[in-house]
Amino acid sequence: MNAEELAAAVEGAVPGAVQAQEDGIDMPTLTIAREHLVDVCRLLRDSHGKNFLSAVSAVDFLGYGDEVAGYFGTESGRDINRTGSWGTPETVAAPAKRFAVVYHLAHVGDGPPERVRLQVLVDDGEAVPTVVPVWPTADWHEREQFDLMGIVFDGHPNLRRLIMPSDWDGHPLRKDYPIGGEPVQFTDAV
Amino acid sequence: MSTTERQSAPVVPLWTPAVIPDGAPSKIDPPEGEDLITVNFGPNHPSTHGVLRLIVTLDGEVVVGLDADIGYVHTGFEKNFEQKTYWKGIPYSPRMDYLAFFANELAYVGAVEKLIEIEVPERAQWIRTLFAELNRIHSHLIFLGTSGVELGAISLFFYCLRERDTVLDLFEMVTGVRMHDRYPQFGGVAEDLPKGFYAEAKKFVNEMPQRIDEYLDLVAGNAVWEDRYRGIGVIDADTAIAMGLSGPNLRASGVPYDLRRAQPYLAYDKLEFDVITSDRGDAYERLMCRTREMYESVRIIDQCLEGMPSGPVMADDRKYVLPPRHELHTSMESLIHHFKLVTEGFRVKPAQIYYPVESPRGEFGCYLVSDGGTKPWRTHFRAPSFVSLQSTAMMAVNRYVADLIVVVASLDGVMGEADR
Repeated sequence: MNAEELAAAVEGAVPGAVQAQEDGIDMPTLTIAREHLVDVCRLLRDSHGKNFLSAVSAVDFLGYGDEVAGYFGTESGRDINRTGSWGTPETVAAPAKRFAVVYHLAHVGDGPPERVRLQVLVDDGEAVPTVVPVWPTADWHEREQFDLMGIVFDGHPNLRRLIMPSDWDGHPLRKDYPIGGEPVQFTDAV
Repeated sequence: MSTTERQSAPVVPLWTPAVIPDGAPSKIDPPEGEDLITVNFGPNHPSTHGVLRLIVTLDGEVVVGLDADIGYVHTGFEKNFEQKTYWKGIPYSPRMDYLAFFANELAYVGAVEKLIEIEVPERAQWIRTLFAELNRIHSHLIFLGTSGVELGAISLFFYCLRERDTVLDLFEMVTGVRMHDRYPQFGGVAEDLPKGFYAEAKKFVNEMPQRIDEYLDLVAGNAVWEDRYRGIGVIDADTAIAMGLSGPNLRASGVPYDLRRAQPYLAYDKLEFDVITSDRGDAYERLMCRTREMYESVRIIDQCLEGMPSGPVMADDRKYVLPPRHELHTSMESLIHHFKLVTEGFRVKPAQIYYPVESPRGEFGCYLVSDGGTKPWRTHFRAPSFVSLQSTAMMAVNRYVADLIVVVASLDGVMGEADR
């Protein structure tokens, strides 16, 4: 099933859900409106056999397509990364919003997995509805993205930091997180 | 002075299937009650296979609440990838799941290769397949050996490490190092197989099935293993899929899902092998699934050795592939290509891709977003250990604390991969 057929099927059941569609290199990709995400996930799970959530990823597009990003050494060693692309020769269009939350779905059973990618575009501070009720495995995936990328998942039963220490400041995988230096931890214990 | 006898909480019988708890699926809240004790199991504990911290609430000897805490070996791999050109990412990838290093490399290299649309020569595909299976045996041997150590049985560990050494010798012979080899590269593999490899590998292929027989003699039917592993951590097929289990953990619950068969990559569509499944879904079957998978891996390695096509092992596309070393002394163009590739790297078209491989632990996927530059915009790895450890709580609850160790061992988590 290509992206067009899939988008039509989703639109038929959940009107207004599909914002964009694309036949990616590897699998059909649908951009879903945030408020319809859970309905679309339920539909794909129950009517299209996508019983397996491979992963939830989040991408920070801050500076995507802008000129020269990177690491600039300064003596102070702090806050020295500049967001932007890695010297891309042609300009690429950044998505309408800063973050994309990406869901990779598959069919697990006999036969090929027939993967599908869903993505939801959000700005900083906008919450994405949780898909834990649809696929319980999303629990840690969403906690990881909350922790490292700062995406808030609305309705998640246990949205706490998972990877970083619980009192950590900031979200390390964001593009504006300082890479050149970091505050020294545990100084109060000395 | 009289002491009052205190009974532990009742345990559920063996073979009770795990149920996804209400609320957070990977966490069991302890009940209200007196005399409950909360202990930290780990992060430093011999049976946590690294640094997994389980916050366990006990009623007597019975686990009544459990919350897992990971991240103690978080090293920021994904952030590091973003700061490196695509080339320099290859040596990073095997260090995540340090037991299944080759599968990690394959996922990363495969994802980039699909983005740059480079044709990998047939022989390189077969060589990769061969080493992917050697690596699977390596990982399963460590699993099998340590699962014995969990029970206090040390001898199996020594036998397993003996064969693991043979596997690593084969790796060393071809790649020069025993682990973390950077052997697969964009467009093929770094070097062709050396002389003498065939004989050594063939010797291994001929010996290994007997060795696995020996392991099975030690494990299957052994009263200690049976008592400790049978009926523990049972999970049925639907729950396992809902919890995202993959690889042997899922196949032990009766789902014949193996990416080598379901979504063939490398040379797997040309090879004969069976997908090992079992339908009982307990810790014992997970153990046996992995052990029996080693026979299939040996079969695949044998077919690779016999059916290996001849030809180049590296694509001939100088935009992406490092020129052969000897050309650098004689050819100006090669020197320029080498310099440009090593310093600046190559550009990758702006796109996103998810490339999964069947690692020894299950579906290991690399999600890559490119912005058209020479470094990945975002890499994210779908780590099977990360996913499978979520099921620890529901499998271990209302059983003895000793069974918790079996559950953790049978899920075969590698913390380097879970924390990344």
